[in-house]
Formats: sequence, C-alpha cells, structure tokens
Amino acid sequence: MTVIPNNSRLRYRCQLRQNADERRANTHPLTWRMHDDGTRVGFEEYCAKDGYQSIKHTLTQRTRADIIDTMKQANVRGRGGGGFSAGVKWSLTQVGDHLPRGYLICNADEMEPGTFKDRLLLEQLPHLLIEGMIIAGYANNSRYGYIFLRGEYVEAARSVALAIEEARQAGLLGDNIAGSGFDFNIALHTGAGRYICGEETALINSLEGKRANPRAKPPFPGQSGAWGKPTVVNNVETLCNVPAVMQHGADWYLGLSGGRSTDSGTKLYGASGLVERPGLWELPIGTSGQEILDRAGGMREGHTLKAWLPGGGSTSFLLPEHLELPMDFDTIGKHGSRMGTGLIAVVSHRQSMVSLLRNLEQFFARESCGWCTPCRDGLPWTAKILQALEHGEGKPEYIDILEQHTLGLNSPRTFCAHAPGAMMPLESALKLFRAEFEAGIASTSLEGVN
Amino acid sequence: MSQSPVSHSTPTSLIATDGFQLHEDDRRAILVERDHYEQPQAACIEALKIVQKRHGWVPDGAIVAIADTLGIGPGAVAGVATFYSLIFRQPVGRHVILLCDSSSCFLTGYEELSAALSERLGISFGQTTKDGRFTLLPVCCLGACDRGPALMIGEDTFGPLAASDLDELLEAYP
Repeated sequence: MTVIPNNSRLRYRCQLRQNADERRANTHPLTWRMHDDGTRVGFEEYCAKDGYQSIKHTLTQRTRADIIDTMKQANVRGRGGGGFSAGVKWSLTQVGDHLPRGYLICNADEMEPGTFKDRLLLEQLPHLLIEGMIIAGYANNSRYGYIFLRGEYVEAARSVALAIEEARQAGLLGDNIAGSGFDFNIALHTGAGRYICGEETALINSLEGKRANPRAKPPFPGQSGAWGKPTVVNNVETLCNVPAVMQHGADWYLGLSGGRSTDSGTKLYGASGLVERPGLWELPIGTSGQEILDRAGGMREGHTLKAWLPGGGSTSFLLPEHLELPMDFDTIGKHGSRMGTGLIAVVSHRQSMVSLLRNLEQFFARESCGWCTPCRDGLPWTAKILQALEHGEGKPEYIDILEQHTLGLNSPRTFCAHAPGAMMPLESALKLFRAEFEAGIASTSLEGVN
Repeated sequence: MSQSPVSHSTPTSLIATDGFQLHEDDRRAILVERDHYEQPQAACIEALKIVQKRHGWVPDGAIVAIADTLGIGPGAVAGVATFYSLIFRQPVGRHVILLCDSSSCFLTGYEELSAALSERLGISFGQTTKDGRFTLLPVCCLGACDRGPALMIGEDTFGPLAASDLDELLEAYP
C-alpha cells in the first residue's frame, strides 16, 4: 500500500495568489494576515496581528443599534451572492419588543458551481470569522451561533473546530465575554450534502434536523427563524468583513473601492475554467473582470474567451465585451446578470454552450429539493431537452419549450430562488448563442417529419 | 390502524430493526450533539453521520435506534436520511469517491476523467466495485475549481487530475 504524501502534486490545496507584500492591513482586511504558503493562522498569531482587538471595545462601549448603523453606513452587502445589505438584515432583529434571544448562523455551505472563496477563509483564517460572529451575535442579541459547514470541507472543519476551542479557552466565547456581560457560544454544524442547504431558509430547516426544503417568507428569519427565534444568516465572507469595519469605521470601508464602484470594501474574486493561472485574489470591489482575467494569466494557449459566468452557475452569461465592467452588484445587475459570488468561470471558444448548459441544468435538476412542481418537474425536462439537442436529436419545438421554461420556472412561479437561478444561464445562453441550440435540432425533423 | 396515541418509544413495528445495536460510544456522542440545539431533532443528521462513520452506511435498524435515542419519531429520521446525498442508505465500498461534476470541473476535463475512472473501476455512478473497494458518486461543486477536475476519496481532496494520475491515486486506497 502506498499513501499519497501531503505534498503530492495530486492533493488539492487552497491558496491565495497574492504574495504578502501586496496584502496590507488597511487595504486587504480579509487576507492580510494569511501566509504565502497557505498554512493556517493560529490563535496567538491572529491576536498578535491585531486580531480580536475590536471585541472588548465593541461589546462594552457600543450599543447594538450603533453597530447596525455602522454596518448600514459602510454598506456591507452579502457576499454569498445576494448582495443584500447586512445592516438592513441585522436591523430586522431589532424590530418589536421583548423578542427572545435568537441565533446567528454562518452560511459556510459553499456549493455554488465555480465558487471556492469561503474555503480559503475557513481553512486559513478561522479566527477572523469567529471574531466577526461574536460582534454579529452581540449586535443581533443572539444567544448562540452556528457555523453551517458543508460536510465535504474536512480541512475547514478541523480548522474551525480548533478555532472555536481556542477562542473558548481565551474567554472569547462563553459567558461574560471579555467582561462585557455578553454570553455567546458557537457550535460547528456540518452538513450532509445538497446544494439547496445554501438557501437561507432551507439551511434553517436543515439545521433543525429536517429535510432542507425552503420556508415561505415572510416571516423573515430575522423575525422568526431557527426554532421560531430571530435568526440572522450571513455568508462567511460577509462576517469576515465585520471586524475591520468595527475597527476602522464605515468611511474607511467605503473608501476601499477607490472610486471603482458605489459598493464598498474588498471582494474575494477568483477565476476558474481554462485560464493560465486559476485562483483567488482579494481586490477592491468594482475591479473589472478584465483585471481578474489578467491576474489569472488570460486564457490558456489555444483558447479564446467566448463567454463567462460572473459569479456562479446561477448567474447569466456575459460576453468578452463585458470584461471592462466593474464587478459589483449593481453594475453586473444592470447588464442582465448578477455578480453572485464574484468568482468568474470562463468559457473557451471550443466549448459547446449546449453541452455546458446540459451540465448546468443536470446539476440544478439533481439539486432541486422537490418541494414545488415547476422546479421538480421543469428542471429535469430542461436537462433532457438539452441532452437531446447536444446529441443532435432535438425537435423543432425544443427551443420554444426551453424559452417557456425560462418563464415558467421563474419568479413568482417557484417557491424559492433555486429554479430562477437555474434559468439565468439558460435564458442568457439562448439569447447569446441561439444558433448553437438550433444546430441540435435533428435534420430529419426539420424536413417536416412531424 | 391503531388509534393509540403517538408513542416515541415503541414506533418500531413498521420498520425492520435487523437486530441493529447502537454502539454505546455512538449513543453518547449523539446525546452530546443533542445538547448543542434547542430541540433534539436537530442532532439527527449528525447522528446519522455518527452511525455511518462506524458502519459505512445507515441500515434500517439505525433509523429506529437514532429516533429512540433522540426521542423523536422514526419517520423524521428516515425522511432526513433519504434527503441528504452524503447519508448512504445502502452499503457502500470501503472508499467512497465523490467526483465533482459541476461547471468549472466540466470546463476543465471532467468528462475525460469521469470516463477514465468509470472504465478503470468498471462501474458507473451509484455503483460499488465487486470487491467492495470503491463506490463512485457525483458531488456538488467541491469548491476546488481553481484545480479542476477534482474529486474526493474518503476525506481527501485531489485536483487537478488527469486520467493518467488515476493508477497512482487509486493504489493508495486498498
């Protein structure tokens, strides 16, 4: 028996593609503490690098309303893909009198196709997340925090579990944190698969030990979430932004984009697909797709860019001409797509769009929770039609049927955003690359056999 | 149907128990998990994973044993066990291969790798090799897109992989 050594080229290692000399505390709040070699930053090193500095002051000197105001002023928008204002989400837990103490859930169920950013933060800098969660827990009057981590992130689970224990031993979790009178604990909850768990209400059901079907909104989780208590669900990267916002203030955070965007802060951007050097970079929000692609070394030799997904499988395709746009929530939204998670996936001119769409829709069909009919039945139908077109066995009406699905599987006809997300790449591909789909219609049926 | 009130302690008649005995360590671990949550049902996914870690999969009897340990109905546990893709309700091989089939791996050589792996193992998705060594399953985007195509064997993640790497890789999992 041979064992694959830890340093084997075969083993996957998550690594940032920016050296330490580029990463500074005042410009790279998410990654400046990380090591070039990708090893984990432990508790003592995190503390020595200014870690947990904001805790005592924030928990003893600032009110919950004041913290939420700062989050709103800083315009911290959800990094899980939705781009919703974290401050506004948090303010829901303040509405109403005598609300019970609730829950803070970190959504670490990273499964969006093409997305590998939260893995980096969880594996290499877990204390930044813990610090962000303590502040968020305080601001939202949460009694308990959960890190909902996908089961496949084994290394991240080890890293986070150790960080929770280190923080507990240092008195940063538990009763009366740093003498503030605030009690808060965090538990690691690892999942057992299924993409739909990333949807925040499905995630709450999964946390409660149920099938991960989404819940109707309202009530919004901020008012009634886990076990009916006020619950805030934030993405890993969103929570990792919180400590620096508290430490340096909203104005500093607003300035990080350097005028590139009306959005604020930095973003973990990435590139995958047939690029020379796929990877991750922390860059000012509003950095252009072109700069991200340039950092990735451009397309691999022999490949030309045909289209790209700006931030996951549930975003619309963009064209090479859109690379000049700033990658932020509003700009990409205005051009018919979504920034999503901000990790771009490039499509080579050699890639069949029909095959790629077949792959995407098979994924979404498999991952439908089955709760509502349009999604449960429509997505497999879409995938089958695409499979027929891929093999040149399509019927003339198939393109129309696909277009009908992009309407029928869209808001407000579905229970959650799963099917509408699945329709974004399909709708855009039908518009941009229609001829490729038409080429999949069997020649016999074009001759009028029907 | 009996009209008797719902009982959590004797709901076992409809599901075979197959003489399944919950290991005492597992029972204790499940009770520790239970205390992390406001209600015991929340621990059932972790309980299924605890049982699966010991047995490789989740037999029917384990569903009842978990339900009894947590004081919830077996239907709730069974419903959860069939929903989640990483809970196995039938026996699997000694090593489970989770092959990422999402878009970034698809763009970087998934199909070639998948075909080579299936041929090498003589099985397709959802099947186990005759010698009980490997089970092959597809998995949601593994978050290893910068090094696709990627896969997991057990708890180890690998990528980028070419068909020519498979001999070296599989040899390490006897």
